[in-house]
Amino acid sequence: MSVPVPPAAALALTLALALLPAAGATARDRIRIVGSSTVFPYSQAVAELFGRLTGAPAPVVEATGTGGGIQIFCAGVGVRHPDIVGASRAMTRWEHDLCAAHGVTDITEALIGIDGLVIAVARANPFDWDLALPDLYLALAADVPAGGGWQANPFRLWSGVDPALPGAPIRVYGPPPTSGTRDAFVEVAMHAGCRALDFVRAGGFDDGWVRANCSRMRQDGPFIEAGENDNLIVQQLAADPEAMGIFGYSFLYENADRLKPVRIAGVAPDGATIAAGTYPLARPLFLYIKNAHRGVIPHLEEFVAEFMSEAALGPGGYLEERGMVPLPGGRRAAVQAAVLARAPMPPPAD
Amino acid sequence: MAGPDIALPATPWASAPVRARLRRRGRAETRLRLLGLGALGLAFAMLATLVLTLLWSGAGAFRQTRVATEVFYDPAILAPGNLARGDYRAILAVAVGEWFPGLSPAGRRRAGAILSAGAPFVLRDRIVADPALLGRRVTLSLPVSDPYDQLRRGLLGRDTPAAFRRLTDDDIARWDRLVASGLVSAPLNPGLLLDPDSRFPELAGLAGALAGSAWLLLTCFLLSFPVGIGAAIYLEEFAPRRRLADVIEININNLAAVPSVVFGLLGLAVFLGWFGLPRSSPFVGGMVLALMTLPTIIIATRAALKAVPPSIREAALGLGASRQQAVFHHVLPLAMPGILTGTILGLAHALGETAPLLLIGMNAFVTGAPGGPFDAATALPTQIFIWADSPERGFEARTSAAILVLLAFLVVMNGLAIFLRNRFERKW
Repeated sequence: MSVPVPPAAALALTLALALLPAAGATARDRIRIVGSSTVFPYSQAVAELFGRLTGAPAPVVEATGTGGGIQIFCAGVGVRHPDIVGASRAMTRWEHDLCAAHGVTDITEALIGIDGLVIAVARANPFDWDLALPDLYLALAADVPAGGGWQANPFRLWSGVDPALPGAPIRVYGPPPTSGTRDAFVEVAMHAGCRALDFVRAGGFDDGWVRANCSRMRQDGPFIEAGENDNLIVQQLAADPEAMGIFGYSFLYENADRLKPVRIAGVAPDGATIAAGTYPLARPLFLYIKNAHRGVIPHLEEFVAEFMSEAALGPGGYLEERGMVPLPGGRRAAVQAAVLARAPMPPPAD
Repeated sequence: MAGPDIALPATPWASAPVRARLRRRGRAETRLRLLGLGALGLAFAMLATLVLTLLWSGAGAFRQTRVATEVFYDPAILAPGNLARGDYRAILAVAVGEWFPGLSPAGRRRAGAILSAGAPFVLRDRIVADPALLGRRVTLSLPVSDPYDQLRRGLLGRDTPAAFRRLTDDDIARWDRLVASGLVSAPLNPGLLLDPDSRFPELAGLAGALAGSAWLLLTCFLLSFPVGIGAAIYLEEFAPRRRLADVIEININNLAAVPSVVFGLLGLAVFLGWFGLPRSSPFVGGMVLALMTLPTIIIATRAALKAVPPSIREAALGLGASRQQAVFHHVLPLAMPGILTGTILGLAHALGETAPLLLIGMNAFVTGAPGGPFDAATALPTQIFIWADSPERGFEARTSAAILVLLAFLVVMNGLAIFLRNRFERKW
């Protein structure tokens, strides 16, 4: 027989060739952005436009979740580490310390806009929903005041939470614990709802108590963790008109013909109510920029300038087109000026 | 046993108990056949449901709604020296004004949203490629934006109350006038395969993901194929049959059953953490997937080597060949079809693998195809993952279309494996 098998030497050569460039793979011509999947569409929009406008390689944007993104961001300074992290909540003290421990000390914080957390049902749902924050808490928390004491959530029907609500089963699809959306929901909806309960107010419990006791979502069925994929929640709602879903405002905005929002304390989410702060479930969206990389990583400074431009952040800008709610003018101008001046962020309070 | 002179007892074939037993046996066999057919039917029905739903929802993405737009590259708007940064939105606004004469500036802006937000860049790329177009009128086929694409495909309900639609009644009326004027068409959409990813569904394509998957499979193949074959040859032909060999064999079989996400974690810790290789690069993805396909290739190669009859080896050795010559000149070529089949199936598995790639960051948004294995890229399955999570409606169809493309590649690879097996199969 002849020898159709490549000799071992040739194989070794291909292998060596394949491995060779690994040594040279240190330079980087693309900006790297990690972080929240809520900020992802906005970073993506700026990245693509920036690439098309300037002809520079478009930044690489990766949705890792807020917590995971900050961990990667804080791992160090250098081309191996990302330049920007998007966050759907403010960086915590612990995370700031983690950054400092790895030499990432000069960070600029940019509050780019506001996102509404929306609770929505299918348009086929006949009831005109309006939930007060305590109702929301009683429906979704693991532990609630019931029967005179603090105990596991007994409510299975909305009418059990509030007799004015329909007798439909409580079935709410929401984000998993790894998600920044979940963190934000617990803070702005669950903690606020918990604080407003008669039981908590009459008992004189403080914020520490609320954080310790009101942070757990129920695990017995009515609250369903639906993974990070908000589109799946939207499709689930279309198939099940009795169910509710929790997601970012941009998904309601894109699916307004299929979904209707649940009013929270009488306020429906839209651009105006979220920006004005009258809609209670709003949260800030942040970018954290590693200043040590600015001027070093090619195009980073221009990219930050594009992100801070009025065409992106302002009213009528292309980020609003994607569902982000712009900051009011004065605050926006302050953020833009601070970011372009590379103002370092102060360590967050505990 | 029974001699010729011993009379056999007359078999009572016709007796009632025997007939009953026979009927029972016949019924049992029919039941088994029906169950088997039922199982097969169920499997096919599920496959058909999957493919049909994908075709149903994904077919739209293979066509893209376009409008034939006559644009005038106005020298008053564009400076010849700086064509790359010209105001192409203004040029499009003029073109849109020609469709709908007498529209207010606000109305014209609203009507301009018919065209994709990427349309100005199509204009720009055209004139940058051919600067002689300055001052001339050109008819370009421009993609329309997602809501209008949905409208043409009947996915945006016209009877939905206007307040809940992305398009107002005026928008729809303008669109219908445009359609009536014959400018709108929906040709096949090569961009789905040839364009890189975009945040606008009408511009998004799989070029980056296809190139990423190709680099990834190449890396995976170059690493796992030689190593896998080498390991299998050693274990099958040279290793002494001792307890150590058994332990190694058990471990390789176990390795084949390890969930892929574990390999992803390993890649994250070792390749990204210790070696400092770039995140999101197909090279790292290929290394992780090579770890995953390695056991498959080793097992397939060992089975193929085992299937070569010992007489071949013995004949070679008997004629004075060394062990190495016997293996490389005689056994391995005969085992090659089996080895290639196993390798292709392993690579097909790697092509569809998602979880480890998510961990090493190959689910990033990257516009532009990777130029090499160290550039950031996505792969087909992670691109599906990203599109499935995008809020724009147009990505629903794109997601299904991308799954169909992935399935097509898998069918081709599996078909190749079957072809190789049949073409080169030897019988002894």
